[in-house]
Amino acid sequence: MNRPVELAQTQTSVLETNKVLKNTYALLSVTLLFSALTAFISMQMELPGYMPLVATFGAIGLIWFVLPRTANSAAGIGVVFGITGLLGLGLGPMLNNYLQMSNGSQLIMTSLGGTGVIFLALSGYALTSRRDFSFMGGMLIVGMVLVLITALANIFMAIPALSLALSAAIILIMSGFILYDTSRIINGGERNYIMATVGLYLSLYNIFVNLLMLLGVLSDD
Amino acid sequence: MDWMKIFSALLIVLMLVYLLPRAKDMIKNSPKASNNDWLAVLIPLILVIGFVFLLIKSV
Repeated sequence: MNRPVELAQTQTSVLETNKVLKNTYALLSVTLLFSALTAFISMQMELPGYMPLVATFGAIGLIWFVLPRTANSAAGIGVVFGITGLLGLGLGPMLNNYLQMSNGSQLIMTSLGGTGVIFLALSGYALTSRRDFSFMGGMLIVGMVLVLITALANIFMAIPALSLALSAAIILIMSGFILYDTSRIINGGERNYIMATVGLYLSLYNIFVNLLMLLGVLSDD
Repeated sequence: MDWMKIFSALLIVLMLVYLLPRAKDMIKNSPKASNNDWLAVLIPLILVIGFVFLLIKSV
């Protein structure tokens, strides 16, 4: 008796999921371009070395205190641009440092391409397999907490090998977050494309930065 | 110690303060996974490790 109603509900749910997915990827593409623009501006202006720290403080403030209040309104889109613009601005001094290396531009392009390949492959896998990766949530957040505690200790110990291990661990954890976030969108766990975009953007940003760090240290030059 | 290190440490401490209660919550509410589920995660992550290794070799 309830079959047509159930079918209609399923169709509505699929349509809604596709809409969230489409909006998320559209907003992610635009914010990545915006980030690249602010990074370029920051490079041209030769902003000082403390800028990444200031930008990260600003972005985290927006993510924790402003985004949750605006995510369900159009203002949330402006906040996403604020977050991604600030993080892009923070990338400038770091990219300028890499460009001073003899193979700096190659490292940046390889890291950018590598990040793109990892993101496309993992998103494609989550989208085609349609698996539910929600069970990874606990493991990923514990991994993140362990990485933060180790990074905190390494600020004072300054062990280069530990920095490399941390970068490798962050790339793996963020790869896991791409699977987790994409599966949450597909399976209806995330209905807000603004929050979904920020989650995926942060994974991409962290993979890019840490891949660049790994390549920079381990490259032959 | 320069102020950059102090602010970096402060940033990480703030992140930990924010994350820890959420981590407890997520661990409690995460669904249990089967061996098959873990395999479905491990394979792509091993491929990511291999890909990063290839990138390192290429530069």
